[in-house]
Amino acid sequence: MSDTVIKVDNLGKSYIIGHEKRERYTALRDVISNTLKNSFLKTKHLLKGGQLIAGDNLEEFWALKEINFEVKKGDRVGIIGRNGAGKSTLLKVLSRITEPTTGRIQITGRVASLLEVGTGFHPELTGKENIYLNGAILGMKRWEIKEKYDEIVDFSGLEKFIDTPVKRYSSGMYVRLAFAVAAHLEPEILIVDEVLAVGDAEFQNKCLGKMGEVSKSGRTVLFVSHNMQAIQALCTEAILIENGSIKLHGKTLDIINEYLTLGSDYKLEQNWELNNMPGNEHIKVKSIKIISKNIDSTIIDVSTPIDIIIDFINLVFNQKINLSLVLKNTKGDPIFNDSSPGKTLNKGLHRVIVHIPGNFLNDDVYTIDNYFVKDASTVLYKQREPVFFKVLDIPRENTAWYGKWIGAVRPKFNWEYYEI
Amino acid sequence: MNANKEFSNIIIEPGRIEKNYWTDLWRYRELFYVLTWRDIKVRYKQTAIGVAWAVIRPLLTMMIFSVVFGKLAKLPSVGNAPYPIMVFAALLPWQFFSTSLTECSNSLTGNTNLISKIYFPRIIIPTSAIITSFIDFFISFAILVVIMLYYHYVPSWQIVFLPFFTILVFFTSFGIGIWLTALNVKYRDFRYIIPFIVQLGLYVSPVGFNSNIIPQKWMLIYSINPMVGIIDGFRWCIIRDNTEYYFISLWISIIVTLLFTLIGIRYFRRAEKAFADYI
Repeated sequence: MSDTVIKVDNLGKSYIIGHEKRERYTALRDVISNTLKNSFLKTKHLLKGGQLIAGDNLEEFWALKEINFEVKKGDRVGIIGRNGAGKSTLLKVLSRITEPTTGRIQITGRVASLLEVGTGFHPELTGKENIYLNGAILGMKRWEIKEKYDEIVDFSGLEKFIDTPVKRYSSGMYVRLAFAVAAHLEPEILIVDEVLAVGDAEFQNKCLGKMGEVSKSGRTVLFVSHNMQAIQALCTEAILIENGSIKLHGKTLDIINEYLTLGSDYKLEQNWELNNMPGNEHIKVKSIKIISKNIDSTIIDVSTPIDIIIDFINLVFNQKINLSLVLKNTKGDPIFNDSSPGKTLNKGLHRVIVHIPGNFLNDDVYTIDNYFVKDASTVLYKQREPVFFKVLDIPRENTAWYGKWIGAVRPKFNWEYYEI
Repeated sequence: MNANKEFSNIIIEPGRIEKNYWTDLWRYRELFYVLTWRDIKVRYKQTAIGVAWAVIRPLLTMMIFSVVFGKLAKLPSVGNAPYPIMVFAALLPWQFFSTSLTECSNSLTGNTNLISKIYFPRIIIPTSAIITSFIDFFISFAILVVIMLYYHYVPSWQIVFLPFFTILVFFTSFGIGIWLTALNVKYRDFRYIIPFIVQLGLYVSPVGFNSNIIPQKWMLIYSINPMVGIIDGFRWCIIRDNTEYYFISLWISIIVTLLFTLIGIRYFRRAEKAFADYI
């Protein structure tokens, strides 16, 4: 036998989706009212043993198709791809939460998933009881938990509270207990899905540490994340998934670079024709552009200075105009608002450029709102989110922290050291 | 690490879960045990009065039924037994049946985070809910013993058949329960239908009254309700000089139970593959 521990052959998973479906679940009344429509397709699908679906237009949607790969013992494989590319579906199939539609997977070795903090914890039960419960959920046998119980309690540092219901725990204690259990799992194959996105910083660090430890002891890790830093630090190889298929499989760094240049997390430019320029009788916007000043101008990372260029047509003679720009992050929080000095303009085409320095924005997706203001007081025209762009992280020095960098902005100030 | 061997070679392909259903259930017995233990523990911990609740509920129901049906409506008891004993003998299976149905059908939707994150045979969850209700059944049984002691009532020799009826009511609840559970995941309307079934069932089953008040010509139709045969069976076991057991209703109960258990398991197995996609 070779040392292949996971072998995936021609794996596919399809869902039948109804386009009218808005609810998370089907209600009988919807089903009844929709039966007449599309009843033929539905009956056919039902006869094949499928599920009943509400919706007008039924469509077969392949969340995964023709997935083939092999993982060898001791490999640490990162799985990357955009939201909705099929990463999580792949993990769901691998951990048997849902069945594939086609293909076959062969797994040799005990599989455990590092789940969200304290999955299955029951608030009414004590710490001790939850250790047993959570252990069983993560796939440990009772004798195994019994054997490791003292170690787990030690590791969590919660001896004093072990007979207290966890509903009285602080969130930090909760996480510590959950992690203590997870850390004592001894799987041959560890599956981790985006745990780094949930939980607090301490938990993230512990998880990463655990993963490093697990892989050092020759066990296999599958790691799904959006966090390129973590993937790069922990994985020996990576798989890039796009639209449900494997686009690339290879060395981590190559795959990450490929993924980063793929981007559609941004729309860097918008141009309008004369007849459909946004605006009004005072102002019309012709184009708006984001320019990267990086050596590779297709990439914007946290150290890259960028220019925002706005071309507009002034329609009223001698207006005193200034531009005001609000930059917002993914969550919609404004990062800053800056406005240009006012200027009295002739009729015609004008260009405004604003320079945003490097080492200022954090890694995130940003968008802008721009306002055309007259006499520094009246808003003539407001344009909402015409462009957006993604700022990438860069390889970090002098740190073991791979989570998202804290803060709305990420400046690099001057630090000085003196011996005094 | 021998015990882990059974987990160590997994093949995943379409229809695989279906094929290895019963072996998988055996593999996951540990989780089954732990989840049942959790449900029992939580059930008696969560409410302020805990176990007392399992005592108060049937006791109060019995008192009210005895007053309303026995004293006010003056309905006859069976074989000269005190009315409270007659009511309680019926409450035993009925309360088990109704709590099973309610707990069972909510069990999956209450464990969403587990179902969407780990694999195990889903049937574990509703089954553990039924087993938990079974604990209540035993508590109620102890209460019945106390009531009989109070009335100095000696049960009929037929009480030796009680285990049989207990098993029967367990499977009736199991069969109907898991079927409704699977339906409840797909059609959340069942959340409203199930309490309705339970409420209505109380009136068409001989809990507060005795089956002998039903006219002969309606007896067969009345017996289609599987709980009629079971409840009358419990009374037949416990109450002396009870010659009125309509045995056809017992046969109907057995057939319905078998049928529902088969349908329930089949339907549940078919539906469970997609629970994670649905819930």
